[in-house]
Amino acid sequence: MVRALRPKNLGEALKALDKERVIVLAGGTDLMVSRKRWSGLTPLFEKPVLFIDHLDALKGVESDGNCVKIGSACTFTSLLENGEIPGFFKDVLSQIASPAIRNIATIGGNICNASPAGDTLPILYALNASLVLAAVGSSRTIAIDNFITGPGETVINENELVKEIVIPKDEFNVFFYKKVGARRANSCSKLSFTGLARVVKGKIGDIRIAFGAVSPTVVRSREIEQKMKNKSVSDIEKMLPEWSNSYSLILDPIDDQRCNRRYRKKISLRILEHFLRSLN
Amino acid sequence: MRIDFVLNGERVSIDTDPLRRLIDVLREEFYLSGVKEGCGVGECGACTILLDGRSALSCLIPVGKVQNGEIVTIEGYRKSDRYRILEKAFAESGAVQCGFCTPGFIMAAEALLRKEAIPDERTIREGISGNLCRCTGYNMIVEGIKRASRMGKGLW
Repeated sequence: MVRALRPKNLGEALKALDKERVIVLAGGTDLMVSRKRWSGLTPLFEKPVLFIDHLDALKGVESDGNCVKIGSACTFTSLLENGEIPGFFKDVLSQIASPAIRNIATIGGNICNASPAGDTLPILYALNASLVLAAVGSSRTIAIDNFITGPGETVINENELVKEIVIPKDEFNVFFYKKVGARRANSCSKLSFTGLARVVKGKIGDIRIAFGAVSPTVVRSREIEQKMKNKSVSDIEKMLPEWSNSYSLILDPIDDQRCNRRYRKKISLRILEHFLRSLN
Repeated sequence: MRIDFVLNGERVSIDTDPLRRLIDVLREEFYLSGVKEGCGVGECGACTILLDGRSALSCLIPVGKVQNGEIVTIEGYRKSDRYRILEKAFAESGAVQCGFCTPGFIMAAEALLRKEAIPDERTIREGISGNLCRCTGYNMIVEGIKRASRMGKGLW
């Protein structure tokens, strides 16, 4: 059996995906752990691996007036060094893993791994990001909240590849991100909070809130955000119990080896309240 | 699969399963035992090498990915002037106890110093955040890197 394929370009990669079942490997920092066997043994890959991290078509960052397009095989380090990536996005990326992992790991890999604790996911949900999925002879765009359907589950077809991530350029003047983990570096999220807002003349113009690692997928509620829009920041203290309760009803954390659900819920709501109060 | 790359300054070629871990290929085929496996899951940094000029964890890299790449391990890096400064600085700072983590920290230090020749403490700690040491408590290692950046003026 052919163990690995190294396509010369994106077209060849898509043909390979169309022809046979393969395992797409970009950075490989998740796959090499999930497929790991004992020291000295080759990790277990039951299908041929398709290397894509060397494909230039997947490594670019383009920016126009409306959005930023990020190639799926961009490493976190390349994004941190790229002037088109907004500062608040870099805040999130810089807290992922460690320098050596960021040099290799890719944004596309983090998305397709679809971990409930995936670090790029909450900010991408909050920014209304979408993904371009490419296959031989076709291409489709799908919003990230429709792409991920559960822990480790996406709607990607077996002959498709995530080509790029499209992020609309919306304006915010408030950004707050808190990742709670066992240590500052190289830890998986116990929970995370992402808050973005545009506050103009004491009124909430736009607001996005996303919670990570506290549910099977990222928690974001456009209904609750809609209730917050156009409210005066001086009303926040009064509305806080109601808004906090609304989120409490949709946060569904679990107990796991990182922490327990009571902690996750309690701290998530505390950070939410801290963020909302800070808008005043 | 045949994989060609540059290893410690020399062109090499190997015909092997492309999904073999780079750490196993470096240790078993090239006898580079300075690349160490502390965890095998990318958390300890003992397997740190330089790939195309940047730090990378060899336990997480399938060897097929390094096609046409350039790898430097501690064995290659030892020959450099920069290494000599780091070695002296680490020795003077008490940054080495059992020594198991040391090759990984030296490679991480090189990666950090080539990005920023005179890093402040926060930058140093962030640069070594992917490396674990069970002996020193880290402060001596941070001191060693600070010292090296002062002693090695002009080298980085």
